[in-house]
Amino acid sequence: MNTFGDPTVWLPFVFAALMGLSILIYVILDGFDLGVGVLFPFANEAERDRMVSAIGPFWDANETWLVLAVGILLVAFPAAHGAILTALYLPVAIMLVGLILRGVAFEFRVKAPTPWKATWNRAFFVGSLMTSLSQGFMLGMYVMGLTWTLPHVGFALLTAVFLTVGYSFIGATWVIHKTEGDLQRKAVDWAKGGIWGLVLGIGAISAATPYVSDRIFGKWFTWPEALYLSPLPILSGVLVVSLWLMLRRMPFAEDRYSWAPFAAATGLWGLAFGGMAYSFYPYVVPERLTIYEAASAPESLFIILIGTCIVLPTILGYTILSYSIFRGKATELRYD
Amino acid sequence: MDALILSRIQFAANISFHILFPTITIALGWVLLFFRVRFNITKDERWLEAYRFWVKVFALSFAMGVVSGITMSFQFGTNWPGFMETVGNIAGPLLAYEVMTAFFLEAVFLGIMLFGASRVSARVHTTATFLVAFGTTMSAFWIIVLNSWMHTPQGFEMIDGVAHATDWWAIVFNPSMPYRFAHMMLASFLTVSFLIAGVSAFRWLIGGRTEGVRVALKTAVFGAAMLIPVQIFVGDMHGLNTLEYQPQKVAAMEGNWETDTNVPLLLFAIPNEELRENTFEIGIPNLASLILTHHADGEVPGLNDFVADDGTALHPRVAPVFWSFRVMVATGMLMLAVSWGASALMLRRNADRTGRRGVEGLPKPVLYGLVAMSFSGWLATLAGWYTTEIGRQPWLVQGVMTTKQAVADVPAGMVASTLIAYLVVYALLLAAYIAVIFYLARKAAKGEPIGPNVPQSTKAAVTVAAE
Ligand code: HDD
Ligand code: HEM
Ligand code: HEM
Repeated sequence: MNTFGDPTVWLPFVFAALMGLSILIYVILDGFDLGVGVLFPFANEAERDRMVSAIGPFWDANETWLVLAVGILLVAFPAAHGAILTALYLPVAIMLVGLILRGVAFEFRVKAPTPWKATWNRAFFVGSLMTSLSQGFMLGMYVMGLTWTLPHVGFALLTAVFLTVGYSFIGATWVIHKTEGDLQRKAVDWAKGGIWGLVLGIGAISAATPYVSDRIFGKWFTWPEALYLSPLPILSGVLVVSLWLMLRRMPFAEDRYSWAPFAAATGLWGLAFGGMAYSFYPYVVPERLTIYEAASAPESLFIILIGTCIVLPTILGYTILSYSIFRGKATELRYD
Repeated sequence: MDALILSRIQFAANISFHILFPTITIALGWVLLFFRVRFNITKDERWLEAYRFWVKVFALSFAMGVVSGITMSFQFGTNWPGFMETVGNIAGPLLAYEVMTAFFLEAVFLGIMLFGASRVSARVHTTATFLVAFGTTMSAFWIIVLNSWMHTPQGFEMIDGVAHATDWWAIVFNPSMPYRFAHMMLASFLTVSFLIAGVSAFRWLIGGRTEGVRVALKTAVFGAAMLIPVQIFVGDMHGLNTLEYQPQKVAAMEGNWETDTNVPLLLFAIPNEELRENTFEIGIPNLASLILTHHADGEVPGLNDFVADDGTALHPRVAPVFWSFRVMVATGMLMLAVSWGASALMLRRNADRTGRRGVEGLPKPVLYGLVAMSFSGWLATLAGWYTTEIGRQPWLVQGVMTTKQAVADVPAGMVASTLIAYLVVYALLLAAYIAVIFYLARKAAKGEPIGPNVPQSTKAAVTVAAE
């Protein structure tokens, strides 16, 4: 086990990286299908069916990444799992109820008697909304160091709204990519309306993070670290501006570049996430517990790593395969 | 109520809801494989008809299992942080393998199984069905290993209050694991047998008398009749194992306060914790001694042996263990009576014009009885788990840590409000699940197609498209 150096150092790091990767993939992938759920009230009945078929083949694999991320937190950093989740008790419960509601709604929408379909549509919307809001709230609380004071809760309520609007933005870009005609035009409008959520969200978190901790402040505003960091805000700015310019002129003739807004949105998430990971490392519970202190014993981590090495590539490969098979418009997704 | 008791109720609610669906999927996967193989051999369409209906129920149950499973992986952190902090080095890998086996099979084979019947070759489809069944079983294996380790822990050492694994072989093959795993697998098969029998009897009664319904009903009733004696035998063995490792639990199951010989088997009793005796009891003389020690005058442990010097009880609360154990055993006996009775009626050459054996031999009241027993497996399984888990209290990991040491320091009001939310959602979903199963049965009985075959999940769609 010692071939790669000290396992009490590299094993926690590997698991932290895996967890970070899972979270990033999760917020992008489940972000768009949660967003589609949040947009449900703005669509009519026929559009809803098409929106569901645009995410139907993807949503539960998307959710897999959440189970994986929390699973890694649970088994690799048990102390942090406890500290974070007890602090976020209420939003976690709301998220779970939301996830349950929207998850079963997919099955019940098509299996239950027809009069019940409207009810399950509503459950789908409410579940998606609960999930997005609570995730945004948790993000805000996490950035604020997981302490329940009035200003912190206020900040978290803001991030809850921003993240939800951000999710609906990325959901709209997915609908742009996956549909055509009226629904696509509608989705362009949704995206234009939703982009501010993302911008304000990233802005608020970027502004708040360095002031919560001197350590992070130091990481951001000392020379030469500031130089290495500077591409993050610059690239983000470029992406936002080009997204805005693009959306104003969409849809393009022959549906060219319908994938571009989604790709740009993905880039934005990635940059924002990279910035956060950089700021918080090596802490897993902000300013209280590092990944090295919270990690399980190396012999246990090693056993888990073996399983992970089999399962992670499977899921990754599977995800890539599924997205390449289902490229194209959602209306083509019908089977008999 | 304090946060501890509320957290316990909440955990119990969540895991009880979760276990309902794996209990169905674990065995239903194998039953579907059986239908599929029978079709391959006989080329008789009725097996495929049975497959097509039950694979829909499988898909629905699987979805419910997955969403409720997500709740489980958050529970440990939100309510029981002390658990993973103390025994995380052992529980972690086992939990990781539980969830990873579930993922692995899902990602690769579930889609082919659910939607590929007419799209891939018979061999590929049969193999996929096998791998899904195998995967759910492995998932159950790992979680039962963990749970059994919590009852009979070994293969570890405590360093600074944290458990470290010393012998994984001993951890996995801990003393109660084989019994618990066998008993759980059989419980799953019995649950599914009675579900299939009940729903098929329902279809039969409302006029859907197809060949597919006939074979499903026969398979289920004969299967149950064969398995229930095995379950009773394994249950008895399980009890003997518990007597060795957790005698205080057996004392509570028997409602026996004083260690004694010639102990009667109590059929009914009202245990009273204050007086530390049963205020009322009806029993069969010597039978408890006979069952537990195989001697009519054998010695059975009593609860009074498990009291600390300062008077605090080191045994679980008696009434819930005593009663849930009786509910399980009574349900088992009822299963025995119903499945044997129905089998005998089906084997008898019946008097109707066709002279056929089989489902025609079942009189209406028996069919209604089977419908009523549709979810009896759930009842017995939950009752069994309550016996096991409440019987372990006050320990969370027997002899290593108590439940109290693990509980999170969150306000009781918060636990109470989330508990109510979960209970409401669970009640509604359970009602919807049962209603949809019978709705599908009614549709099938009318000969209508049951639901569009549009894949509702990535896994499903991908594997189909990949063909
Ligand atoms: C269909 C379900 C079912 C049926 C008919 C039975 N059981 Fe059971 N029983 C279970 C389902 C179950 C279970 C849910 O699967 C449990 C909980 C934990 C376990 O391993 O199995 C259980 C636990 C359990 C325990 C507790 C073990 C412990 O200490 O942890 C005992 C002693 C028995 N059973 C004995 C029996 C006997 C003597 C039965 C005879 C009728 C019986 N069971 C029928
Ligand atoms: C306390 C513990 C438990 C946790 C943390 C847990 C966690 C999970 C999770 C996260 C999933 C979903 C995996 C996915 O997304 O595919 C799942 C599914 C599953 N669980 Fe559990 N579970 C627990 C208890 C149990 C028990 C007691 C059993 C059975 C004996 C069980 C059997 C299964 C099976 C067979 C599946 C596959 C999905 C299905 O068939 O419904 N689990 N579990
Ligand atoms: C399979 C079905 C299971 C059922 C129906 C079940 C049921 C229960 C019940 C009713 C309690 C509450 C006991 C009490 O408060 O007196 C409980 C407690 C608990 N069980 Fe299980 N259990 C199951 C499996 C498991 C598994 C697989 C694990 C571990 C991985 C587990 C871990 C726990 C823990 C941590 C508690 C803590 C709360 C407590 O002891 O009160 N259980 N369970």
